[in-house]
Amino acid sequence: MAKITFITSDNETIVAEADSGSVMELAVANSVSGIDGDCGGVCSCATCHVHVDPDHVSKTGEASEIEADMLELADNYNERSRLCCQIEVSDKLDGVVLHVAN
Amino acid sequence: MSEMNKSEFPDPFEKAREERGFGEVNDQNDPVKMLLRLKDVRKTAHNWKTFQSGAEPGRIVVPSEVNIRDTRQIPFEVDPPEHKGYRDLVEPWFKRPLEAEYQEKLTEIISGVIDEALEQEEVEVVEDFSLKLQSRALTLLLNIPYEESEVWIGWGKHVFRSEDTDLDADKANILYDYLDKQIDKAMENPGEDLYSVLLNSEVDGRKLTKEEVKGVMILTFAGGRDTVINAVTNSIAYFAEHPKSLQRLAAEPEIIGKAVEELVRYFAPLTHMGRVVTEDTQVCEHAVKADSRVSLCWASANRDAKVFENPNEVVIDRKVNPHVSFGFGTHNCLGATHARQILAILCKVLAEKVGSMEITSADENIEDWDEFKRKVGFDSINVKFNKK
Repeated sequence: MAKITFITSDNETIVAEADSGSVMELAVANSVSGIDGDCGGVCSCATCHVHVDPDHVSKTGEASEIEADMLELADNYNERSRLCCQIEVSDKLDGVVLHVAN
Repeated sequence: MSEMNKSEFPDPFEKAREERGFGEVNDQNDPVKMLLRLKDVRKTAHNWKTFQSGAEPGRIVVPSEVNIRDTRQIPFEVDPPEHKGYRDLVEPWFKRPLEAEYQEKLTEIISGVIDEALEQEEVEVVEDFSLKLQSRALTLLLNIPYEESEVWIGWGKHVFRSEDTDLDADKANILYDYLDKQIDKAMENPGEDLYSVLLNSEVDGRKLTKEEVKGVMILTFAGGRDTVINAVTNSIAYFAEHPKSLQRLAAEPEIIGKAVEELVRYFAPLTHMGRVVTEDTQVCEHAVKADSRVSLCWASANRDAKVFENPNEVVIDRKVNPHVSFGFGTHNCLGATHARQILAILCKVLAEKVGSMEITSADENIEDWDEFKRKVGFDSINVKFNKK
């Protein structure tokens, strides 16, 4: 089981737990504002954009080239950007803090 | 048995995409440079300053509608910063398809169309399935009585086209005159429909004008008609020839979301959309002049082998699928939420109710973009629907 913290752009904190699925699905299930997941998680809409807390990049790993190409043109892009539909929930993620980009 | 190729949609852009990255189309003496690679399409869509949508109304559409339309479509033909006020205003309304009640009503509509098809010996899908489904679903998006769909079904398949011409001003005027009347009716008798909501809305601290309301309504009608009809029709053709995919959706409904994105990628119901260049610049290492036109070819970008493995195959559970069938960036498709729900519910109900479908005859709709001839859908396709 992984405990994941989302901090929205209005500084609301939502803590959610899961053991499978994608981080985007968890965010949508918990109504995290700013995470829409319009395309259902196939990396085509960039509506699940988060910034990974700098201390936690080792938990999430880096974006793939296809994901990075999408992110590069997204609003509020920075070097900590990820599309959270591309982050799978696992024990490794436990304790991660994600800042919603939009 | 019919041959297994009616649901194949070849990629006519491959050679030009790999060798040059662009193609050229002459359109009413206002030529268009079509961008064919996913990366170029995205970058150009992102750069709304140099590649504008807020040009003369109708000019970013290919074929150009400047000779048949004066009303600016909103927010489609408005760029930032003005774009944001309009988009923020309409966005919540166009997200209503995410609500459970909307989805229940949409399921009823789609089940109804499928039941009708199952009862008939054979169905011409474009006219007697997809047009009906699209029109009835639009009553939900507009929040108006179901019966109104009869009027739109009566207009036939094309609102802007007749049999022999791509642009038909008389046909377009049917829609524009209809919308004028509906807006007048909503002014006299406000309700909870989209017309009334828009008439009551404010942007930048002032009420929307009648012309602006009309601009949003033309976009809603025009943008969601041929595109949805093609997506639905082509999906029927695909499942008719790939019964195992339909069985798989019945067994694993959790992959329906991925299936929808993949069908939309593969079919790319809108081939491309134009932009007007605002300064001398380069695209794809090629000079383009101010006031010329480029287009973002979604259909080609979706087959770019640099990004998509097996681009010419429908991989029904494709996991990474950064397609651009709903556009990209600021002007991405306002109706995408509605369209995705239509296709997801179509997949679900087909998988539940339909055992098999058989294509008995089909006439392909081939678009002519000079050097490229692209199959985008069907002029007609006859299908037998068999109960599960």
